[in-house]
Amino acid sequence: MSKSFLEVDGLSKVYPDGQGGDLTVFEDIRFALQKGEFVCIIGHSGCGKSTILNVLAGLDESSSGNVVMNGKEVKGPGLERGVVFQNYSLLPWKTALNNIIFAVKARWPSWSKDKVREHSERYLKMVGLDHAMDRKPSQLSGGMRQRVSIARAFATQPELLLLDEPFGALDALTRGVIQDELVKIWEETRQTVFMITHDVDEAILLSDRIFLMSNGPNARIAESVRVNLPHPRSRATIFQNPAHQKIRHYLVDFLVNRSGSAQPDEDGTPKVIDPSDGDAVPQRVAAEPEAETETTAKAVNA
Amino acid sequence: MASTSVRAGMLSLVFLVLFLGIWEFGTQVIAPQQGELSEYELLMGGADQEARVPPPSEIIRHAVAELSDPFYDRGSNDKGIGTQLAYSIYRVLTGFLGAMAVALPLGFLIGMSPLMYKALNPYIQVLRPISPLAWMPLALFVIQDSEQSAIFVIFICSIWPMLLNTAFGVANVRQDWVNVARTHELSPIKTAVTVILPAAAPTILTGMRISIGIAWLVIVAAEMLVGGTGIGYYVWNEWNNLDLASVIFSILMIGVVGMLLDLALGKAQKLVEYKE
Repeated sequence: MSKSFLEVDGLSKVYPDGQGGDLTVFEDIRFALQKGEFVCIIGHSGCGKSTILNVLAGLDESSSGNVVMNGKEVKGPGLERGVVFQNYSLLPWKTALNNIIFAVKARWPSWSKDKVREHSERYLKMVGLDHAMDRKPSQLSGGMRQRVSIARAFATQPELLLLDEPFGALDALTRGVIQDELVKIWEETRQTVFMITHDVDEAILLSDRIFLMSNGPNARIAESVRVNLPHPRSRATIFQNPAHQKIRHYLVDFLVNRSGSAQPDEDGTPKVIDPSDGDAVPQRVAAEPEAETETTAKAVNA
Repeated sequence: MASTSVRAGMLSLVFLVLFLGIWEFGTQVIAPQQGELSEYELLMGGADQEARVPPPSEIIRHAVAELSDPFYDRGSNDKGIGTQLAYSIYRVLTGFLGAMAVALPLGFLIGMSPLMYKALNPYIQVLRPISPLAWMPLALFVIQDSEQSAIFVIFICSIWPMLLNTAFGVANVRQDWVNVARTHELSPIKTAVTVILPAAAPTILTGMRISIGIAWLVIVAAEMLVGGTGIGYYVWNEWNNLDLASVIFSILMIGVVGMLLDLALGKAQKLVEYKE
């Protein structure tokens, strides 16, 4: 796994636990992303997903390990990595359009005013907000704000897009609509995306691979589940694919029964799983002794 | 039923009429009892039995006369009310702008660096409670110019609210917005100007509004001390002339100008306000 676009090697985060000791939130996180991949990461609260994302963004520092993107070590934040935060993080004194212009100007300082504006408007249109260009964030609904935030991130055309539970604060209907938009934009741009989510269906709809994290402390990325569903996907029809059921079962089973004990392969990389392949999945839905679950997972892998 | 503001306005008017009415009748001159005054009584001021607070009608007449020619100049002890106010406003604004030039950058520094905050905080806490007028003798000695000393006193009294509010506003800018600046690789200067300044602007403007209020309070006292020109000197001078109509009129003008300064800063505050 040498020449991947992004390589994460042995990442860990240790906090003082307040009683003189140390608390290791996650350790030895290893994975690689290929260019153009959409990868989601799922895990229970407290396993450090957001910290991993912040380390990738350069906003936080890991206690050990390193992140290499395009052969260069990631140190600090940079424009080649765009971030969409859960709470939108729009600048409230700027209009929707000016929030995007702010980012585009930072990305391409040499562009003319007209070019910056035209580019920004195009991305605002892409998320269907051309009618709300001159409104301030406080005059937009939560869904609209997150759209602006997504447009801002895509507009800077980063090499890696980091989404930190972007739909977590939205109601289910709005979330569905924006998921569709994200699918559409991603099909157009084929951005490399790394996204945190709590929503299994969202992860299946959007990603090529899903990383499953074991519970913290000492959380690991235990498995990498392949989502073997054809693109372009649609929220309305994706359920009809039999593979969808298998993947969904597998993920739910992991989160409910196995996230406490799951471990990655011996070399520290996540186990690669393809639930759509073979019929091992239904057996695992019932809670089984852990040792056996492990072997089955390996069998699927093999 | 009329709206609250209309009713409040009517009530205000009623209060004003009542107040002026009581004042007017309470200060009527009681006609002297005896007929002829002796020469001695006239010399001792018996004609006007005692110095009295003038009635509002007299003050209004006086105000109309003063305001119809606000900028006259008949020597150093007789200048129009407009000239006097202009001197005071000039001093307040000069001192205030000077304080701004120091307080805003220093506030940014303290707000962004916990180290600087801890290092400078003891000085601020000791200097802040000092009455600005206490600086006057020292200022007069060092600067050797009464005009400049008055401006210095305004400078020193308006610096603290601006400094502390700027530091507080800057220190409490939401980390999310700072992160937005960081992920967009903005330089520290650009971050300060395009993200932190607008984010902290409402708090900073609040500090400026408090400062200009205090500066206007202090200038009257400072000018009573240094003399020469200005509304504070004017009040004291008219008191020495026992011209109480002028004293009351200038008190009112001090209030009006103070209100206008506050309104101006309030408008500026509206401009930089944002809703989250």
